[in-house]
Amino acid sequence: MAKRIGMEVSIAAAEAVALADVDVIAAYPITPQTHIVEHLSELVANGHLDAEFIPVESEHSAMSCCVGSAAAGARTFTSTSSQGYALMSEICYIAAGLRLPIVMLTANRALSAPISIWNDHADMMMSRDTGWIQTVAENGQEVIDLVFHAFRVAEDQRVLLPVIVNLDGFILSHMIEPMILLDKEEVDRYLPPYRPKLRLDPKEPITMGPVGMPEVYTESKVAHDEALKASRAVITEAWKEFGDLFGRYYHPVETYKTEDAETILITMGSISETAMTAVDAMRADGRSVGLARIRLWRPFPTEELIAAVKGARTLAVMDRALTLNGVCGPVCAELKSALYDRDLHPYLQNYIVGLGGRDVTVQNFMEMSDGVVEAAERGAPMGYEIINVRE
Amino acid sequence: MPKETGICSWKELELGTAIRQPGSAGELKTGDWRSMYPVTDFEACIKCGRCYIYCPDMVYVRNEQGYYEQNYYYCKGCGICAHECPVDAIKMVQEGD
Amino acid sequence: MVEIRFHGRGGQGAVTSAELTALAAIEEGKFAQAFPSFGPERRGAPVMAFVRVSEQQIRTREKIYEPNIVVVLDPSLLEIVNVEAGLREGGLVVLNTSKSAEELRRETGLKARLAIVDATKIALETMRLPITNTTMLGALLKASGIMPIDALRSPIQNRFGPIAEKNLAACLRAFDETNVEG
Ligand code: SF4
Ligand code: SF4
Repeated sequence: MAKRIGMEVSIAAAEAVALADVDVIAAYPITPQTHIVEHLSELVANGHLDAEFIPVESEHSAMSCCVGSAAAGARTFTSTSSQGYALMSEICYIAAGLRLPIVMLTANRALSAPISIWNDHADMMMSRDTGWIQTVAENGQEVIDLVFHAFRVAEDQRVLLPVIVNLDGFILSHMIEPMILLDKEEVDRYLPPYRPKLRLDPKEPITMGPVGMPEVYTESKVAHDEALKASRAVITEAWKEFGDLFGRYYHPVETYKTEDAETILITMGSISETAMTAVDAMRADGRSVGLARIRLWRPFPTEELIAAVKGARTLAVMDRALTLNGVCGPVCAELKSALYDRDLHPYLQNYIVGLGGRDVTVQNFMEMSDGVVEAAERGAPMGYEIINVRE
Repeated sequence: MPKETGICSWKELELGTAIRQPGSAGELKTGDWRSMYPVTDFEACIKCGRCYIYCPDMVYVRNEQGYYEQNYYYCKGCGICAHECPVDAIKMVQEGD
Repeated sequence: MVEIRFHGRGGQGAVTSAELTALAAIEEGKFAQAFPSFGPERRGAPVMAFVRVSEQQIRTREKIYEPNIVVVLDPSLLEIVNVEAGLREGGLVVLNTSKSAEELRRETGLKARLAIVDATKIALETMRLPITNTTMLGALLKASGIMPIDALRSPIQNRFGPIAEKNLAACLRAFDETNVEG
């Protein structure tokens, strides 16, 4: 039976990876991911988890080991943050291109310079175009549930792509809170053993990762793109089945009081819970506000997000990352392009929030919500604003 | 107007563009790249094997007498073997001569 | 919802106090969050840790700016930290001190309602160590009534193993000896 536990989210995440019966973990410690891999190495060292823990010398090596391990047909896990992701990113493209179902937890952290160990989504945005599936957790419960989902989707024969589960560094990774952890038998019911479609086997040799000449490179990328698009159906199907089995249902876009809302806030990650509290307070005050939260970041859930926001007059889109393009944040860019495709023209402002550990409070959400309505009335040009900046 | 497309449909590619047939690179003919080809004087040859080691295209095969013979299917005529032979036993000869 | 801020020095166990409070509340069937002030930890430097305890699911990830209760593990912190910062109207400060409430007010100008206990003395006598984190939990539960003192039993046992009983004894003694202003 599943049991209610009080635990640090990182430790619970490691327990979930262990329950998923992972074969190989190759990881290099980096704040704020450290507790996840420390706990896994302990589980392996003291015999609670029958897996190979490879303590590599860098994140580049971590992902390289993961590629080899997954290519050999082993269930493979790693975890990183920020600069660690930057170092491993070269191999992350290869993992996806080779269609290796590795699962990674990214404890999201800002990128240097200046050096910051604190949370934002810069590393998530760096990984967004690598061709991995990416989901985003809002609380500890979701982190552990999404770990099981990640293995299930990654290894599905119709998908065979690596998956990142994003959790906000410190704000989620270091939080002690109550969660419900499935037991082994329940996990086994949801997550069948990994049966690789292709694997490196001396008895049946194949070549993985050959040169893609101009005559075939485009076709290879089309195959990857089609696989990522086709994964949507499996991702939602696997969430549906998880819900049917365990009672917790997840969707590519989660909505909160959006049905009749004139203004909708759009968030991703752990700020969503704070945003819900703000929505409750504003609703109590008679303001027509709702919230759409992006759970599936890659492939981008265009249809679901449009369905969630299309009734609203004004949208406040939050990005916890600054992409330094002089245009807008990454979530906003996706949404704007989706709206254009559908000839929808709500009034929209993009807010860059919570960079490098800056707190995002209930008060902030109320001000952004009121701010976008006020800007729409004023007819202010649409654009982006970095909030909580001291001039 | 001309257009360039791939050599096969993306749907026919193996997962991750893997290659299922072992040793398929052996089919790649590099023997039609050359304008000169190497000929070995076995009288002079001391069987040191340098031609075999230095040839970038695995042209040389050791025969039963211990001499190294060319498989011209792969020889691209680069001349490295002739350059490296310590006793000048290999001569590069013009194709068609 | 009750929000609690712990003040200690790096190494004194403020973070552990926060964790044990949350774990005890979760064990009681409540909802709770415990978190440190995120960042590098340095032994001896003033540190803070935070707890939220609620009967309902907690839906906020804000830092705690306006706690209902502040717990101070180390009396020397009063000189360098404003422990009343942000404390809510009617809030409570739980202090480890050998002084009386009147003396403290005179010396430090503290205005909030106080709950005081000589936790260092209790810890030294019970555990032979001046580590006051579990001792101060007894004081916190006495002063706040957020849950029964028994709720701490299993989190302390899980955390401290062979030295759990001494920690529990210190905690129970602090519960008895804490003076709470009316
Ligand atoms: S000419 Fe070049 S390719 Fe041909 S046998 Fe000599 S080394 Fe090999
Ligand atoms: S390098 Fe010259 S001497 Fe040596 S094996 Fe080849 S042909 Fe003979």
